[in-house]
Amino acid sequence: MTTARIRAAHERSAHIGHDPSAFSFERVGAMVARYWYLLRSSWPRVFDLIYWPTVQMFMWGFLQTYIGQFGGLPARAGQTFIGAVMLWDILFRGQLGFSISFLEEMYSRNLANLMISPLKPPEFISALMIMSIIRLSIGMVPVSLLAIVFFGFNLWGLGLALAAFFLNLILTSWALGIFIAGLLLRHGLGAENMAWTLMFIFLPLTCVYYPVSVLPPWLAVISWMLPPTYVFEGMRALLTAHVFRADLMAQAFAINITLIVLAIFAFLAFLRAARRHGSLLQGSE
Amino acid sequence: MFSPEPAISVSNLVKQYPGGTAVAGITFAIERGSIIGLLGGNGAGKTTTIAMIMGLVAPTSGAVRILGHDMPRERYQILHRMNFESPYVEMPHRLTVRQNLNVFARLYGVVDRDARIAALAEELDLTELLDRPTGKLSAGQKTRVSLAKALINAPEVLLLDEPTASLDPDTADWVRTHLEHYTAERHATMLLASHNMNEVERLCDRVIMLKRGVIVDDDTPARLLARYGRSNLEEVFLDVARGRGEAAREAVR
Repeated sequence: MTTARIRAAHERSAHIGHDPSAFSFERVGAMVARYWYLLRSSWPRVFDLIYWPTVQMFMWGFLQTYIGQFGGLPARAGQTFIGAVMLWDILFRGQLGFSISFLEEMYSRNLANLMISPLKPPEFISALMIMSIIRLSIGMVPVSLLAIVFFGFNLWGLGLALAAFFLNLILTSWALGIFIAGLLLRHGLGAENMAWTLMFIFLPLTCVYYPVSVLPPWLAVISWMLPPTYVFEGMRALLTAHVFRADLMAQAFAINITLIVLAIFAFLAFLRAARRHGSLLQGSE
Repeated sequence: MFSPEPAISVSNLVKQYPGGTAVAGITFAIERGSIIGLLGGNGAGKTTTIAMIMGLVAPTSGAVRILGHDMPRERYQILHRMNFESPYVEMPHRLTVRQNLNVFARLYGVVDRDARIAALAEELDLTELLDRPTGKLSAGQKTRVSLAKALINAPEVLLLDEPTASLDPDTADWVRTHLEHYTAERHATMLLASHNMNEVERLCDRVIMLKRGVIVDDDTPARLLARYGRSNLEEVFLDVARGRGEAAREAVR
């Protein structure tokens, strides 16, 4: 075969001539489009995003209303319930949005197609992060508006504090989501339950509904290793004492960056192990 | 950039799993523009070999080079120039054919996606199906969609794992004809793992026969038939699979 024929074959191929090893926003966009097509093709998927956060908000909202009638310390403690459940949903739904998008690839047995495409892990992870925010927004925006109407709780009124809370919670949710995606790559759908339940260990440990001071000292040490603890403490300080604790937010951010870096290393290690063990060929098992 | 290196070069490739050895040190090279068949029974190492060539499975030892690049070290220099099709790897069922092809066109950086999808749909008789959910299609239609995905980037190297498995003879023949045309027109290289001897005999310039992870023979279909004294590749395959290969060759000598 002549060099001219090889060159002609290459020139006829349909790909772009830019550096194929560079990060591509086009590929990130392709993956976001893929998940968006899926989401809009199924109303039960959209309904599911809104249903449970709404149920939770109403349950805790009515409990807060009931406890508020007694006055005193219980009422003060209870006045953070709606805020707590909504911030918890940012954490939980953020991770779930990330993990479910990843699971969709395993359910549809499409993972091998993606892994042999030019899609790189940072692009894949970026798309999952964007989808986590999209799914979270679909669920949380209506719920936050209902909280204003029914309970007079305006999450948006927290302003800059909400931005700090959101940033820290979403970073933690992504760190956990990246770690779980790695587990799924290595162990397939055998690790699926982790995607649904791993975050729940954060529910008691990060003191969503009560202050860290109620924990035994040894458990409080563990609690302060987790960024959401700083957010929930910060939320209580804001709602009960009207003080924004920027120091807590800065500490949470520093731990989050560490967690994200560790999660990415874990993901890449799981990916290498999956390639060694041939798990990418048997993704659904 | 256009080096005379083979399209695919595999040397001393080994893959060991805790349960045993899937590929036990194979070496071969595939010239650009050729169609090569990987033949072997279940567990012979065909799929593992293709998966290592694609970078989906890491070899225990040995090397793979594709279009002059080391796989997996330089995977992102070459993945956009190759593609893969297998009935065992599916595409999202709820997405329409057009949406699926659009996503993969973007992943592969295809220029003028709409025109490319329209052209492929025309070639593969998918135009009427473009706006139907992929999961609602028949097995034959899904295979054609998978083939469109595999050709979306006009790959120079195409890897196929049993591309016509579970298809009726008419559809299978149609797919083979299309693959023949594609490789001839584009001067693409194709590596095909198959259990279908007629398919291999018809399509392949050369056949690599695997058994328990090693290459037991490697030649053109015509030379293999002559060497084993057989009239078709199925008989050659049975000789090799049942351990009669050496005796058959000896009888011809």
